[in-house]
Order: sequence, then C-alpha cells, then structure tokens
Amino acid sequence: MNHHRRTFLKLGGAAFGAVATAALWPLRAIAAAVRPNAAFEATALDGAYKQLGGTPAESADIDLSTPDIAENGAVVPVSVTSKLPGTEAIYILIEKNPNPLAAGFMIPEGTEPFVSVRVKVAQTCNVIAVVKAGGKLYSAAKETKVTLGGCGG
Amino acid sequence: MASRMRIRAKAADGVTEVKALMSHPMETGQRKDAEGNPIPAHYITEVTALHNDKVVLQAYWGAAVSQNPFLHFRFKGGAEGDTVTIKWVDNKGESQSDDTKI
Repeated sequence: MNHHRRTFLKLGGAAFGAVATAALWPLRAIAAAVRPNAAFEATALDGAYKQLGGTPAESADIDLSTPDIAENGAVVPVSVTSKLPGTEAIYILIEKNPNPLAAGFMIPEGTEPFVSVRVKVAQTCNVIAVVKAGGKLYSAAKETKVTLGGCGG
Repeated sequence: MASRMRIRAKAADGVTEVKALMSHPMETGQRKDAEGNPIPAHYITEVTALHNDKVVLQAYWGAAVSQNPFLHFRFKGGAEGDTVTIKWVDNKGESQSDDTKI
C-alpha cells in the first residue's frame, strides 16, 4: 500500500520536475526582459558582477567615453560602443557609487551596440562598461575625476 | 512629469539616430532635505524604445542616472514618417509615453 504511494510520489515528483524545467526555459530566454533588480541593489562591484553573471573579462573592443574630469558629478555623460560581435547587453557601472550598477541596456538585433546617457558619479572612481556578447561578459574601465560629488550636496 | 518628453529621431544611411530627453527628478533616496529628512527615492526603472511596434531598445535604470535623463542610441532601418516611441516607468509606478516621427 505504502509502496504504491511511494511510486506515485516519485512519478509525481519526476513529472513536476520536468514541468518545472520546461517552465524555466522560456524564462531563461526572456531573462533579459526583466529588470535585474538584485544587480541594481548590489552595494559593491563584486556583488553587482555576481548578479550579472560573473566577473567580466577586460576587452579592448569596448569604447568607453567619459570625461577625464567631471566638474559636476551629478551629470556625467557616458557613451559606450561595443565592437564585440553578438552584443546583447550593455551595462554601465560606477565603481564607488552606493549601488554601482547605474544602467543596463538590452540591445535587440538591428540596434547598434551603442548607448549614451548621463549618470551620477559620487566620487572620483572608475566608470565601467560591461558588455554581454555571445553569453559572455566583457568590460572596459576608465577613471573619471569628480570635483563636485553626484549627490548634489 | 507633465512636460512632454523631447525626442528627436533622424534617419540617415539606413540608421536611425534617436535622442531623447525625459523630464524626471531621478531622486536617489540618499539625499536629505533642509530638515534632514531623507527624500524618498523616485527614479525611472525601465525605458522602452519602439520603432513602430518593434522594440529597439530596452533599458533598465538605477537611481544613478542623472536628473532629466538623456538617452542617445541608434538602430538600423527606419524611414521618414515612421514612429519612434519612448516609454518609461518609475519606481512609483508612474509612467509616460511620447512619440515622434522620424
């Protein structure tokens, strides 16, 4: 009697497992369509990297353009151009901000791997562009000196 | 938020260049007012750009994006008369959508 119950549970468990796996697949495919909240909440660079999927490898194929000296940390223009084939996403991180991840851009096919925005930089530190291409993460960093903090006093 | 987003889209050599200026306080939640009370965070979390009905850019932002955010990007295709729409949603659930013709 109990034996039957075991078998049933096992079967049920296996079936549930299969369904769960199947349900996870489309979720993965559209993972980029959900805001990576955990990555935004990370308070250190390592934590943000972890949430984005690992520590990126440095790449010379990412053009990161930021001012060397930003007079006003509240408005720092940052442009990122990726020359990596198959660029899927571009993230902009500010090393010493309270939450390093500032912005993420999902690049669908047909859109050029280029974005430009203005961000706040709390203090002199590295501005880092992380590019996801072909499922891997790459990065380029550039130091921006801030003479007036991004918190607006 | 009452003011309209300023969007400019120009097509040249098969590429459409989009520049958008949104009107938003982008408050980080880390600042304090004159009495020392924290100012609650209020910032745009998601921006979607569409060319006609196709998504050409999906952006997720944190509070570190500057006040009155400026966004600049390019996508392939796009012809004169096509519509470029930009929508945003903020952490308070407010949203805005504006469009322009290339």
